[in-house]
Amino acid sequence: MDVSWYIVLSALIFCIGLIGVLTRRNPLVVLLSLELLLNAGNLSLIAFSRMWGNADGQIFALIVMVVAACEVVIGLGLIVAMYRNSLPIDVDEMSELRG
Amino acid sequence: MQVLEAICFFIAAIFAVGGAIGVVAIRNPFFSVLSLVMHLLALAALFLLLHAQFLAASQIIVYAGAVMVLYVFVAAYVGGVDEPMRPSGPLLTLAPFFAGALFIELVIAALGTGLSQINTEGAEVSPGFGGPEQFGELLLKRFLIPFETASYLLLIAAVGAVVLARRRRGLEHLDEGEDAMQPAPEAAPSSAAESGEPVVAPGAAV
Repeated sequence: MDVSWYIVLSALIFCIGLIGVLTRRNPLVVLLSLELLLNAGNLSLIAFSRMWGNADGQIFALIVMVVAACEVVIGLGLIVAMYRNSLPIDVDEMSELRG
Repeated sequence: MQVLEAICFFIAAIFAVGGAIGVVAIRNPFFSVLSLVMHLLALAALFLLLHAQFLAASQIIVYAGAVMVLYVFVAAYVGGVDEPMRPSGPLLTLAPFFAGALFIELVIAALGTGLSQINTEGAEVSPGFGGPEQFGELLLKRFLIPFETASYLLLIAAVGAVVLARRRRGLEHLDEGEDAMQPAPEAAPSSAAESGEPVVAPGAAV
């Protein structure tokens, strides 16, 4: 399979994740869509790493996975804190910091 | 061999895209999480096709295993409430167009690029490419500083999650004090609104 197929697939997954981030209101689903974005980035990093026959891109992908795990931990901690304080689980309602 | 690889790619790609659409389209967050698990497993298969064996394994263990368990717990804890989509709004209608435009642009950028090898299978790789041995050597020699930084990042995230999610026992009396103070200012506008309503109603009747 040509590398370009993987790049196109990664672009498609990125765009689907973008739709999720823009349109969904539940912060849990927004986090899931962010996972889609990060995984699309990972896929293209690994495809390019395969293209050059160089494993540096795979190290990048591993670091991206670490960052994604951190983001999940903090994001889910925020959602649990929102739930404990009986705030609405809705990103549109959380607008206190809006300028 | 070529045909087999293509078949594997297309099956994995269909599952990956289907899982991604499921994440975005399913109303119940719990099933969105399960859909993401399917997406991640398909991605692991794609990683294997790209000779990234170690990453495929860590994708399944770290993502589809640990991270998704966390998601399932929080989805069950918060409650899988079916949320309505935004009833109508500029964002809901514009977002698919924006994403579609971005997709077309990305495809043009990827296929029209001057990279000479993008329409090939990639460079020849040694048998150990993407294995744990190569990973360990790269991480501990060339990428030592990013590796250590990532470990600090994980530590900070773990501490931050504990701080965010714990019950604030030490601050409870402060919270109670705030709660006791809050109703007073809120009561004033509501009583004003109540007293204002009878004034408005006769005016509207007239």
